[in-house]
Amino acid sequence: MSSVSGEVAAGASAGTGRKWQRRGLSRRADPLFLLLAALSGVLILLVLAYMVISTTGTALPVFTKEGITFLTGKEWSPSAGKFGALPFIYGTVVTSVIALVIAVPLSLAVALFLTEYPVPRRLRGPITYAVDLLAAVPSVIYGLWGVFVLLPLFLQPAADFLNKYLGFIPIFAGPPSGLSYFGAGVILAIMVTPIISSMCREVFATVPDSDRQAAYALGATRWEMIREVVFSHSRSGIIGAVMLGLGRALGETIAVALLIGSRPVVDASVLRPGYSMAAVIANQFQEATGDHIRALVAIGVVLFAITIVINMAARAMVWRFSRL
Amino acid sequence: MNEARAEAQLQNWAGGRLQPGVSLRQCRPTRRRVWRDRRNTALIILGVVITLIPVVMILYQITSKGIRTMDWEFLTSSMPLSFRREGGGFLNALVGTLIMVGLATAVSVPLGIMAAVYLVEYGKGNWLARLIRFFSDVMTGVPSVFVGLFVYTALVVNFGFGALMGAASLAIIMMPIIVRSTEEMLKLVPGELKDASYGLGAAKWQTVTKVVLPSAAPGIVTGVMLAVARAAGETAPLILTALGSYQLTARLWDQPISALTLAIFDGARNPFAAGQARAWAGALELLLIVLIFTIVARVMASRSRFKR
Repeated sequence: MSSVSGEVAAGASAGTGRKWQRRGLSRRADPLFLLLAALSGVLILLVLAYMVISTTGTALPVFTKEGITFLTGKEWSPSAGKFGALPFIYGTVVTSVIALVIAVPLSLAVALFLTEYPVPRRLRGPITYAVDLLAAVPSVIYGLWGVFVLLPLFLQPAADFLNKYLGFIPIFAGPPSGLSYFGAGVILAIMVTPIISSMCREVFATVPDSDRQAAYALGATRWEMIREVVFSHSRSGIIGAVMLGLGRALGETIAVALLIGSRPVVDASVLRPGYSMAAVIANQFQEATGDHIRALVAIGVVLFAITIVINMAARAMVWRFSRL
Repeated sequence: MNEARAEAQLQNWAGGRLQPGVSLRQCRPTRRRVWRDRRNTALIILGVVITLIPVVMILYQITSKGIRTMDWEFLTSSMPLSFRREGGGFLNALVGTLIMVGLATAVSVPLGIMAAVYLVEYGKGNWLARLIRFFSDVMTGVPSVFVGLFVYTALVVNFGFGALMGAASLAIIMMPIIVRSTEEMLKLVPGELKDASYGLGAAKWQTVTKVVLPSAAPGIVTGVMLAVARAAGETAPLILTALGSYQLTARLWDQPISALTLAIFDGARNPFAAGQARAWAGALELLLIVLIFTIVARVMASRSRFKR
């Protein structure tokens, strides 16, 4: 057997053939190679497990001391030893919801435009590229741009406008500020739009063309075709894409830290400053000591748990489409 | 099943008019339907335009504001000790970013590629492989600030802030990205190629290292470069592990180190014009690095021999 393969190899290329003939070494090397590969894979599991153990262990004293009031308490005053994380959980949820309300229609528009409309090649390339570029920009650059450009140019005027005309609704109560749940939500929307739209594009690409043509053959307008064929075919894929975007929005730190206004309260008005879980970790960590650090780690554990659940649900929904 | 559903939907939508003998004219869209179609097309185009506005604005403003402070001095000197003072630059931050991203790449690339090899070459219908695949997906969704907290509780508490701790957090962020992208690329290598290699008498490890990996190389490099771009742009985990510093240092431990993202974050938070101007120039520097990696990755991907 070894001589046969040796002959074939020698026929093809004498040099390689001879080198590969050293079966003794390769026999022994094979299990070693498998071991190396398997260990690298197992390392991922170990790191993830240690991640949960190490952070939860550090945060445990806070969890046991505060109990459920850690999640429901509204008061956060490290100097007094009071750690209620509700303002941060609330802020994370509110900013993410605002982000999705803005980002989902925009992402669907971009994805539909690129997949369902006869966009000329010269336009399709640059648009795809530009939207993907948004996904590559680091979040600290969004933060810098948001604070010094978007805030005076759009966020503050928009907050004033919403308060002036819709101020009678509690969620738009004043005094309006651009550094608020609203401001953080807008910057998050800009950041998650490319993620949701590229996922949606993949999902829309799996809609069979015959279904589209059937709809047109029945005399459907383009919009009717989109509504009846594209949307109904990819409903769970769209939900999955939105949830992946949500997962990203929940964990986003720096841009939110710069734009949310850093006020640890639960405020019904989205136009007033608040705080989010990731932002409080980034902002307070450098000055924190002792129990304060443990409390910040505890917030991180809660954030981790929430994003993991959201992400696993999203993966389960998109899975069908990404493997096609 | 699917076809039947679609047909039922379409019949329903056609409003029962879809019968033999009905003239096409009767099926022509009513004015209301045409109007709705045009309105929604307009809304979709409006949505695309709104999405593109921030791209144009960010690129334009980072460039125009950054270029004012970007000069030789900015690139080759470190930060002054006060934000108020003009001059100086982000050399210390650039060095910090290069050291930490470099170390993280050196660790995560071999490990990530080996893990992907395990998944593709040894992991057919294997519960361990399924577990690894699932949890590396989970890991790509872990908030980066949480990775920072983990490295803080596991390493920084014992060894102090430093470049090694920052690199560890970046490596943890990069690894699942590399595993997943490499896995996709390895799956595309044709079985005939491997069969030919086995036919020549090569062992499995020889086939993988001399046939499979080289032929998937362009695609693997694409994934690695995207991971590098991602790591270079991370801020949150570095706050908790590298801490930041004003000094130029190349020490790997026992001493906090800066990074471009950390320096920009500091600049964005402080009220002095000189500090903010440096932040804009730093943003331009960082954006160029990230975009170069992203664009080169795209070019490599388009040259890849095997396509999905």
